[in-house]
Amino acid sequence: MSDIILETRGLSKRYGGVHALEDANFILKQGEHVAVVGDNGAGKSTFVRQVTGVEQKSAGQIFFDGQEVNHAGPLEAREAGIETVFQTLALADDLDVPSNLFLGRELYKFRFGPFSWLDRKAMRDRTMEALKTTAVKIPNVDNPIRNMSGGQRQCVSIARTAAFASKLVIMDEPTAALGVQETAQVENIIRGLKERGIPMILISHNLRQVFDLVDRIVVFRRGRIVASLNKHETDGNDIVSYITGVKGGSDAAVA
Amino acid sequence: MGGTPVSQATHGLGGLKYDPTKKARAPEWNVLVALIAITVIFEILNRINGTSFLFNLRDNVPGLFNQQRIDIMLLQVSITGIIALGVTQVIILGGIDLSSGSVVGATAMIVMSFAQTAMVNGNPNPKAVLGDWAMDLPVIAPIAVGLACGLLAGLINGALIAYTKIPPFIATLGMMVSARGAARWWSNGQPVSFPTESYAGLANGDLLGTLTFGLFHWPGQNPAVIFALLAVLFQVVMIRTVYGKRTYAIGSNEAAARMSGIAVDRHKVLVYMVAGALAAVAAILLTSKNLTAQAGMGVMYELDAIAMAVIGGVSLSGGRGSMIGTVLGAMIFSVIISGFTSIRLDAYYQEMVKGVIIVGAVILDQWRQRGRARG
Repeated sequence: MSDIILETRGLSKRYGGVHALEDANFILKQGEHVAVVGDNGAGKSTFVRQVTGVEQKSAGQIFFDGQEVNHAGPLEAREAGIETVFQTLALADDLDVPSNLFLGRELYKFRFGPFSWLDRKAMRDRTMEALKTTAVKIPNVDNPIRNMSGGQRQCVSIARTAAFASKLVIMDEPTAALGVQETAQVENIIRGLKERGIPMILISHNLRQVFDLVDRIVVFRRGRIVASLNKHETDGNDIVSYITGVKGGSDAAVA
Repeated sequence: MGGTPVSQATHGLGGLKYDPTKKARAPEWNVLVALIAITVIFEILNRINGTSFLFNLRDNVPGLFNQQRIDIMLLQVSITGIIALGVTQVIILGGIDLSSGSVVGATAMIVMSFAQTAMVNGNPNPKAVLGDWAMDLPVIAPIAVGLACGLLAGLINGALIAYTKIPPFIATLGMMVSARGAARWWSNGQPVSFPTESYAGLANGDLLGTLTFGLFHWPGQNPAVIFALLAVLFQVVMIRTVYGKRTYAIGSNEAAARMSGIAVDRHKVLVYMVAGALAAVAAILLTSKNLTAQAGMGVMYELDAIAMAVIGGVSLSGGRGSMIGTVLGAMIFSVIISGFTSIRLDAYYQEMVKGVIIVGAVILDQWRQRGRARG
């Protein structure tokens, strides 16, 4: 039990009559990197939204770090130790890199309500440190991120997640809009997380990337988990046949 | 590690040229250049007529500069400028405040009623609004009442916007109409006059002399001194404190700010309250300077204040701008008005040109943004 960081039992989500997620039984062990794959509308993002508290589940249980949790919002999930990189960037374009990294959790020289004095140097130093450990290269962190390329912005977003990652990192298609070099950089950050032993759920359409980065692959199809495969026991063709429904059948619910 | 030379990437959005290693030049520099250019143009136009815009050409008056014009310009700019400091914060937050002019009007009437003197030339104050208890109060009383009025107006604005989710334009438009009504209702449209001497001293005294222990003197220019102090104060607050950081963050990406755990709604209320308090400060200085309060005070000030901010590079879409920019924008505004007067341009033309300048400033801002995005 103690080496399981996240477990869902019978997790379900309905939007009106649509069963977006049904009876998802999912287990993530400490230090494990798991990919969640599936066709569009298979329930991947819905699954993540329940776990991160962005939406409220219709049924089922979520256990995080040994306790049943019921996160009312993404903030609560984050405070519990779940850091998420969302598909849409949650960055403030007009702020510089340190301000974005510490958005909502600023460091202070002294506290005085809303007029608390920011410790800009400490935030900048820790930003440089975080960028170094995640191997993200941002030429000038004092520029507003509006001026940066899409890849650099995504790297800032991921560096923020990696820097504060305490217990679990979730990335929802982190490289979907990136070029080749930038994708490689994001993948390096993910490898860094693995080295640090931080468990991760990666949602991706890119099977090459999935086989490169994770230990286990979980396939979603039509709102259900249809397969959970060790990456050494499967291959691309196998995964694709689960995704498309050639294998696994419609009512298979393995975890 | 890495192996991806992103540090060498010199492409911005769309892969076009942009040097990421360089710190972007602050847009305030452009505003400063515009201010200098406009001042120089008016100086030249004046020289053509054999006069000067800024300099003292008369032999019988001492001094290098045309002190009289500069004093008038600063006085003009200070009162509206103080309002603009608040409006700037609201716009950076991603909102708008149309109510500040009316809040000045309502606050002026109320504040003056608490600042009246009991005896005028040996007779009871002919303009008394409240009873004897409100006469000859210590100067702190009207100041406290005034700030309370501004904070209340801001609280209502902010609460409406944050908790009923109606657009800031509508919420503050409502306050604009209602506060003006309150200003007229307060004394049935009658002006309120004859303040105590200490109250009159708020605007007409020599604050600079007091602050510098007599090293410098600038009697009668307290609004300018207070404007400068408040501008510096809020510039520091916006850059160095979490209040400023959150204001920029919300204006930049409200959803991201919310997701990051910032109490967005509470912060919005706070910013509108600060803006209300600054409008109240302007009302106090205005009534103290004029020694009277009228229900029509501050009409159109909200638009002048918004114009100052916009000219100063504050983006109406939120997230961008600074107090320094607004101060420079306010100075441009004031130079243009004084400049037109100095070349004897008709007041009607002045208003028309003012409108053109405001629209022009916004168009320039749009171009600047697009230019930056494309590199």
